[in-house]
Amino acid sequence: MSDKTMTPEGVVARLRSGMTIGIGGWGARRKPMALVRALLRSEITDLTVISYGGPDVGLLAAAGRIRRLVAAFVTLDSVPLEPHYRAARERAAFELTELDEAMFMWGLHAAANRLPFLPVRAGPGSDVMRVNPGLRTVTSPYEDGETFAAAPALRMDAALVHLNRADRLGNGSYLGPDPYFDDLFCEAADTAYVSCERLVGTAELTEHAPPQCLLVGRHTVTGVVETPNGAHFTSCAPDHGRDDAFLRMYATTPWEQFAERFLSGDEHAYQAAVRAWHKEREQQR
Amino acid sequence: MTVSRAEYCVVACAEAWRGDGEILASPMGLIPSLGARLARHTFSPDLLLTDGEALLVGPDGTVEGWLPYRRHLAMVTGGRRHVMMGASQLDRHGNQNISCIGDWERPARQLLGVRGAPVNTLNNPVSYWVPRHSPRVFVERVDMVCGVGHDRAAAVGARFHRIPRVVSDLGVFDFATPDRTMRLASLHPGVTVDEVRSATGFRLVIGGSVPYTRDPTEAELRLIREVLDPEGAREREVRTA
Repeated sequence: MSDKTMTPEGVVARLRSGMTIGIGGWGARRKPMALVRALLRSEITDLTVISYGGPDVGLLAAAGRIRRLVAAFVTLDSVPLEPHYRAARERAAFELTELDEAMFMWGLHAAANRLPFLPVRAGPGSDVMRVNPGLRTVTSPYEDGETFAAAPALRMDAALVHLNRADRLGNGSYLGPDPYFDDLFCEAADTAYVSCERLVGTAELTEHAPPQCLLVGRHTVTGVVETPNGAHFTSCAPDHGRDDAFLRMYATTPWEQFAERFLSGDEHAYQAAVRAWHKEREQQR
Repeated sequence: MTVSRAEYCVVACAEAWRGDGEILASPMGLIPSLGARLARHTFSPDLLLTDGEALLVGPDGTVEGWLPYRRHLAMVTGGRRHVMMGASQLDRHGNQNISCIGDWERPARQLLGVRGAPVNTLNNPVSYWVPRHSPRVFVERVDMVCGVGHDRAAAVGARFHRIPRVVSDLGVFDFATPDRTMRLASLHPGVTVDEVRSATGFRLVIGGSVPYTRDPTEAELRLIREVLDPEGAREREVRTA
């Protein structure tokens, strides 16, 4: 069986401008930030990004890489509004497909099931239908005759997700309380790349955790990347929490300044810059 | 004993979940959270509460269930949930906006996004909490309909649509009018009808004699002050006038 391990740069080398990229996690929780940072170091642009949005969206929007965003919200959790995303939206920097959270989920299910859409009782009556004139409704063929939104399949060229553990074959487990929708992202994509806190042997995946923690199966995974602290500054329970101090700095620092200090080198340089920033901050207190 | 405005708001929010039975109380924001927990501790002991993440927990934090986002969404569509959401804008029909202010194509202010407001309002009871009652929030027309109000719900034949109440720092509102438009249901003590009227950007239905929001019992006050919010965070969200 094939060893699918690769580097963040190796993942990005498989991506192209103009692609549709799904990003797992939720808000400021378990985002594949190391892969997003690698994407930022590349020249790739013109992306359609599908995400339960957090700083992944803020970073890509600030760097001007997004042509279209598909999302129900963008938040940093402890800072409710994502400032870089807001700034980009307020200058109409990209197109937005704004969907309800449930429509988004059924769109992922539809794509994972190779269906063109799934009916969902959400959308009708709201302006989600107005701002997405391409959205269609579907009427129940049974006696009730109710009309639903037909949530379109959110099929993607590539999915990026971050998990706690993975083996070299692409099996991945989450050890926190919520799977989010990472398995669906992988199933809904033509290729999927899993970064993980720690690469382990297959047997070790179920040595300390029950088998139902195995969220992502290797048949849906193209590449595996070991990126310790790779979800930083979002949370990756129980390996690490959200770095709220760093998050607040990110939210209040001009983009160019943040990018220059933290994003000009590789992932090792990023992690070193974060450690240096925390050290400086401690010394100032 | 002097009851603060914030404490009246907690009680008014708690009342939203009275008689709801064994369903999930989903409060967004501090005062609704205190309200839900107050209701759980007193008159609605069967309510389910989350830890704010993926666990269902009892009042002492005992884990009793698992509710990750995908199961949470199933709970929404199953109807066994009553959420109290925030509102950046709200109109007389109960249409709510948390997405953006101004033109959606190029908003003057981008806010959170629609989140789950459309699915919530079409599937389970949705109440609203507004900590600063003003004409900027209570508007003639919202810029982006996220939560569906009564007029639009009727137009699409929404079978499970219900907006039990709106609580603000000035009073409690419902839609118990012939055309399902917003009505002043009670004033928090210390607030006048004129104050509410001038802080509302649309013509509010106001009856002949408006009651006051009920006082908390001594036991409820003790719970709020000693158990649920000993640090007094509630007084920062809503200040006593």
